[in-house]
Formats: sequence, C-alpha cells, structure tokens
Amino acid sequence: MMAGSAGAAELESGGKLLLTGGVSALEGSAGGGLSTWAVIAGNETSRGVGGKVHATYVDVSDYKLRAYGGAVGLFDRVELSAARQEFDTGATGAKLGLGKGFTFKQDIVGVKVRVLGDAVYDQDTWIPQVAVGAQWKKNDQGAIVRAVGGKDDSGVDYYAAATKLLLDKSLVLNGTVRLTKANQTGLLGFGGDRNDDYKAQFEGSAGWLVSKRLALGAEYRTKPSNLGFAKEDDWMDLFAAYAVNKTVSVTLAYVDLGDIATFKDQRGLYVSLQAGF
Amino acid sequence: MIRHNALRSALAAGFALSLSGLAQAQDVPPGEQPVDPYVQSNANAGATPLADKATFEAFHGKAGLARIASDLVDRNLADPRIKDIFATADTVRLKRTLTEQFCYVLGGGCDYTGKDMTQAHKDQGITGRDFNALVENLQWAMDKEGVPFAAQNKLLAKLAPMARQTIERK
Repeated sequence: MMAGSAGAAELESGGKLLLTGGVSALEGSAGGGLSTWAVIAGNETSRGVGGKVHATYVDVSDYKLRAYGGAVGLFDRVELSAARQEFDTGATGAKLGLGKGFTFKQDIVGVKVRVLGDAVYDQDTWIPQVAVGAQWKKNDQGAIVRAVGGKDDSGVDYYAAATKLLLDKSLVLNGTVRLTKANQTGLLGFGGDRNDDYKAQFEGSAGWLVSKRLALGAEYRTKPSNLGFAKEDDWMDLFAAYAVNKTVSVTLAYVDLGDIATFKDQRGLYVSLQAGF
Repeated sequence: MIRHNALRSALAAGFALSLSGLAQAQDVPPGEQPVDPYVQSNANAGATPLADKATFEAFHGKAGLARIASDLVDRNLADPRIKDIFATADTVRLKRTLTEQFCYVLGGGCDYTGKDMTQAHKDQGITGRDFNALVENLQWAMDKEGVPFAAQNKLLAKLAPMARQTIERK
C-alpha cells in the first residue's frame, strides 16, 4: 500500500507501443511528415513525461529544407514543441536575385492538447483522438517577405486534428483543419497581396501498418496562395515510417511540393531521423 | 449421455463419498485453485465475437490460441515490468480462461467461463504501461505462433477497449 502510494507520485517513462506516438512532422509536432496529427509526442503514457527530437532533410528539384527540433509530451495529454526550419535556395537563390545559398530560417513553437478520445484503445467506437493546437512561427527574412508581397514575418496557425487507428484493418487515418495565413507554411512569411485573411486548410493522412515496425502511407496538405508573384500549390507525399527500436525511427518519403516561388514541380526526397523517449 | 447417466446412477447407488469428490472436481478443473462463485456468461469476455472465422483459422484454431495464451502467461511471469502482477495468479486457470476468451472473441465458438474484465483485474493497480507491456508480450506470442500481423491486429482491436476496465491507475 505504501509502495503503491509512493509509486503513484513518481513519473513513469516510456510505455507507449511502437509508432503509436506518430513521427515528427516538419513543424516539430507529432504527426506524419508534412501534417500534424492529434497524437502526443514521446513514448510516455498518461502517467509520465516523454519527448522526441528530430532532424529532417528535404531535397527537391531547386531547393533544400533542413528542419530540426524537439517536443515534450506531458502525460500523453499536452505537447510542447519547438523546431527550426532552414529553407536553402542554393543555386536557385541567384536566379531569384537573392544570392546563391540564400536561406530563409523559421522558428516554430507549438502547443497541442489532446481533448478527447484515445486513438489506440478506443477500437469499439468510431470516435477519434482529437487534439487542438497552435503554432507560433517567426521568419528571419522580414524584408524579403515584404518585398515579394508578404504582409508579416510572423504568424500563428491554429488547428484541430483527429487521429484514428483502425486496428482491425491495420490502418491509421488523420484529418487536420488548420487556420493559417502562412505562405509555404511560413517559409515565405504570412499573408500577402492577394489575401491577408485566415483560411481553413486541410491535411489528410492515411497509413497502412505493415508490421509493428513499418507503416506505409500518403499525405495531402492544402495551402493558401496569398502571394501574387507566385502561385502556391498543395503538398503531398508517399511515406515509409520505420521504428528501428523503441527509441529510434526513420521516415523516408517522396514529396511533391508543387511550385515554390515560381520554380515548378518541386519533387524529391524527404528523410527524417527521430529519437523518442 | 447414456454412459454418463449410468455413471451417475452407479454413484448415486452407493458411492456417496466419491460423488461429492467428483462434484468438486467438476467445479474446479484439474490443476486449478478454487475461486469464489460468480455468474458465468460470455458477456464477461468483454467483446463481441467476430462473425468471420478466417481470423480464428489464422490463429490455428483453439490449439493455436492455447499455445499463444500459454506463451503469453509464461512471458508475463518472466517480464520484470509486469511479473509482480502475475506473481499470485493461478496460471493454469489464467491460461485456460485466456484461451477461452480469445477463442470466443475470434468467433471460434468457445464459451468464456472467466470473470468479467473489471473483476478479473480488480485491485491489481494496473497502469497503461503495464497494459502495453502485456500487449507487447501478446504480439511476441502471436509472432511465435506465426499469426500474420493483420490477423494479430484483429484480436488486438477486440482487446484494446478493455484498457478501460483493466487500467486502474490512469
């Protein structure tokens, strides 16, 4: 009895089943690769604290994107995340008149709260795990952002996400509605000459669980097109997420980011290495 | 049936002491400890059976489920994370009732004679981490039996909501 009481006050680490905490999304929160899900980062259960760190590299036709960050999961209820993104224009920078290797950097701080449901245990109901969250984003190139028609170098995205594991079908589904003004998720600033209002965007993911360790799937993310100088396209990817062990997981994806800043058909490889605890 | 009745008649005729012994043996299966009386019902299994028998067959029928239940219990007893929870368990009974439960929910036509999930896990102080540790051991046992992953998930989908009755320390 005494031992039980003492134990109740201690934080437990670990305990989540493989991959049930999702992987790290590009913006630092737990999710798929391009989209943010309702799951809480880290391996902790409702009685503990966990977390996740990630490093992600995206190599498309004319640009490269590096992202790294971490997230803390509190009691499988609240997630705090931080990420830095570096959007490297490489040789394309010179063609855009920005200079070779010109890099936009964006910092993102996020908070997410699970409000209802349990994606894993609630297999006898259709009710998904639902979370709401916000992401504060700050771009370091305010002058360039304004020069191309952007209104602001910082912005806040608000979202509601629903994640459902359909275990009897070995499927995981997620849908997220995001209110955002971000141009290319904020890499090109917020708001623009064409539109400066919040617009609801959708992120959809579907994954097939091949084994305990491996999930294959696809994602689609709609985006606003606020800037007059270049239309912005939706993003999509085909991914494979593999849990090497309880700590390390790797996500490989083929991404299609559409047109970015007048450069067409940005397709290529997405690779992300993550460690969860 | 006739032979059974004949046996009963013979016992009734003159082996009263043996009869009482036999009645007790029928109530408590061989090798198991007696338990306090409770109402037996398939509703105690905590999930409705699958309509399709394909999954049950993917588990190699009741014999496969018995091997899985046995491996699961043995692995739990050897698992430092959760062995204390099982330290005082009647493992013979646990293996039997788990086999019945798995067989029932997979539509194998068995009857479940164990307690309901709340009663069966009462006062054990089970946490979500304990629950997941058992799931991992069950996955190990199903892998050992050679059950395909998609079929494994159909059983896990039936068992997962039982977290609500079994996890006491949330």
